[in-house]
Amino acid sequence: MKGTPSPQQGTFTPNNPPGLRAQQAKWKLTFVFAVVVLVYMFTSWQTNSSLINLWNGLPDVWRMVGELFPPNWGYATETWGRLSETIQMAIIATTVAGILCIPISLMASSNIAPNKWIYNITKQIMNILRTIPDLLLAVIFVGIFGIGAFSGIMALIIFSLGILAKLLAETIEAIDKNPLEAIRASGGNTLQVIVYGVMPQILPQYTSFTLYVFEINVRASLVLGFVGAGGIGQLLQRSISFFQYGRAMMIIIIIFVAVVIIEYISGKIREEIM
Amino acid sequence: MAQPETLVLPPKKKRSTKKVVRNWIIAVLLLAMYVWTFSDIGINWSQIFSERTLNNMTRVVPQLFSPEWAVAPDAMRLMGETLAMAYTGTLMAALLAVPFGFFAAKNMFNSRLINTSAKWSLDAIRAFPEIMLALIFVAAIGPSPFAGVLAIAVGSIGMLGKLYSEVIESIDMQVVDSLEANGANKIQILFYGIIPQVIPEFLSYAIYRYEIDVRSSTILGLIGAGGIGMMIQISTMNRNWDEVGMALLIIIIVVTVIDYFSSYLRKRIV
Amino acid sequence: MIEFKDVSLVYPNGTQGLKNINLNIKQGEFVVIVGLSGAGKSTLIRSVNRMVTPTGGELLVDNENILPYKNKKLRELRTKVGMIFQNYNLVKRSTVMKNVIAGRLGHTGTLKSVLNLYSNEDKALAYHNLQRVNISEKVHSRADELSGGQQQRVSIARVLTQQPKVILADEPVASLDPPTSHQVMTYLRKVNKEDNITTIVNLHFIDMAMEYADRIIGMRAGEVVFDGPASTVNESTFEEIYGRKIREEDMVGGEDDEGNA
Repeated sequence: MKGTPSPQQGTFTPNNPPGLRAQQAKWKLTFVFAVVVLVYMFTSWQTNSSLINLWNGLPDVWRMVGELFPPNWGYATETWGRLSETIQMAIIATTVAGILCIPISLMASSNIAPNKWIYNITKQIMNILRTIPDLLLAVIFVGIFGIGAFSGIMALIIFSLGILAKLLAETIEAIDKNPLEAIRASGGNTLQVIVYGVMPQILPQYTSFTLYVFEINVRASLVLGFVGAGGIGQLLQRSISFFQYGRAMMIIIIIFVAVVIIEYISGKIREEIM
Repeated sequence: MAQPETLVLPPKKKRSTKKVVRNWIIAVLLLAMYVWTFSDIGINWSQIFSERTLNNMTRVVPQLFSPEWAVAPDAMRLMGETLAMAYTGTLMAALLAVPFGFFAAKNMFNSRLINTSAKWSLDAIRAFPEIMLALIFVAAIGPSPFAGVLAIAVGSIGMLGKLYSEVIESIDMQVVDSLEANGANKIQILFYGIIPQVIPEFLSYAIYRYEIDVRSSTILGLIGAGGIGMMIQISTMNRNWDEVGMALLIIIIVVTVIDYFSSYLRKRIV
Repeated sequence: MIEFKDVSLVYPNGTQGLKNINLNIKQGEFVVIVGLSGAGKSTLIRSVNRMVTPTGGELLVDNENILPYKNKKLRELRTKVGMIFQNYNLVKRSTVMKNVIAGRLGHTGTLKSVLNLYSNEDKALAYHNLQRVNISEKVHSRADELSGGQQQRVSIARVLTQQPKVILADEPVASLDPPTSHQVMTYLRKVNKEDNITTIVNLHFIDMAMEYADRIIGMRAGEVVFDGPASTVNESTFEEIYGRKIREEDMVGGEDDEGNA
């Protein structure tokens, strides 16, 4: 079997039966598998995360889980202020990003952008923005505006702008171009073409994307407090660094419930719209 | 031009009362939400529009855009660690998510109890951002890349398990039925009927998740869980924004390259 | 009213769209342009409102050469020259009223139109035009709830609301069945006569061209190969224009059975 370069050309005899898969594909699979395993061995060694480490670490993790229970139920009332701040940050950031993304996404769609330069530049800037993690933006804004919710809001705006503008630009590029032609042919200028031709066509998607980004922003704003950018994350970090694990667990439960409720509502609205 | 002799305005649009009431409720709710948001949020405007902010702005922003090249080797080494963390974590999650995916798939286990409890645990995991898990793992086993790997491994199971179960539910069950009719046992059916159908999608989703995990592991270091985030944390504390600029530059480049390769690979697989 | 003086058009890829066109179209004429697809009918029509720009010659509308027009002048021209399309080109998710009032865009300031502030005259005009094409009962329906023929009638109302001096219709019935096609042509003919609007229609059905046109212009390979009153045209003229025998698919058939509504 080893001698046959490929099963199509080789002749099969009872002593030389065809494999279940084409020989070439088999080699390829083995090769890919070997590479995946080798890279894993290297990376797990580099990050001290081999299976042995895992085995040794398990008791610590279990101990931690044990300490998280029981949650400190009484602490719940004290978290309300920070929780609402978290959601408020997401609301403000989503609103601002939702407004800003309209002109930006128009500039980033090939069929509406006034020229190639604006299209390419806007698109590239948005691509770059999307590669920067939200928490990193928060670190930078905390460096500029100081600790507080404002820095977090700024980070969320920039972060969600990249996502929203991309999604919306893709929608705009896929709209029916005929009505735009008709409006242009009746003497409409660019703004009128946008308001009468583009907007009605993208409205449902726009609402849906905005809600989706709101969900993302709620999740993101939960952890912005880790770097001092406001919200409930600050409480979580503080209670863990003071070894108040009962409080930490309470916060985790509250976060969980809040995320589930918000995603449920947002999902229902999105279903309704589309 | 023909002008109508008398002005006949179009009849008013008839809206059902139900719709009118619904629209009003939506408007009131939205208004209430914004009033609550803007009246309640505590932003110290005098701090934001202050001379200090202006000073920070003039110091931080130019430094961010003039990266410190001396720390480039360090930043690259740490970015390598970030990639390794993401790889180890994603691979672990990609394997651990397989049983979850099977349990959650309706066509594999015909039991509502198993399906729902698997789906529910996957949803529960997805509700938590990875960095929150990392915070807990750092508290449990101390600051290390290992804590980051664990956070990624656990955090990625949620999404991968859910996507896997969707893939499994969409497979061609006729293949499975015919194998069953041939007298194959459960294990044989799994390896000859099911796995070959789902492998390409599983792989593609795992690669996609790697993209996401690379992004999230860049920041895990901010709370002590290894990778380039550690450098950002230290440089920020020392106010060396040019070093942050270098880290940022490397993150942008590496993430872009990874995204590109990932989408290339995924296109080839599926 | 519309004068083509040696108009030529070469597309950037080198294809010659129009070759030395010389035409003179009078106010209120109903002109049908016929020819096979690719003969340049569409290019010719779209030159008049500058949706395409000829590369040579002069094109006069109301005794003014429109070829150098830019921005504001161009939008003024397009306000004067209305257009009807094969695919109706309505915004499907908007209501009929909103689509028709869009005909006023060229007459309305940007801010006013963006904020939806139309005068009662404009609204009444839009409604009146919907009545003229017998579709006023659909005024608040969404455009995608309408049939093809109804949508084309809405697009006629839109173009009328623009109060144009010229209507260009680019294959207005190509997507419609025979009875509906006749209905749409009848409406076009009706507004042409009532308002004395110069109308230029592209068609590829020869029976329809003979039935509705005052004047027929035949095109082949970017050139005008026939120009004369509809009464002088017969099948052999078309065979000359098309450069081949007339086939069944060149006829729409199905006489006007919905009556002159």
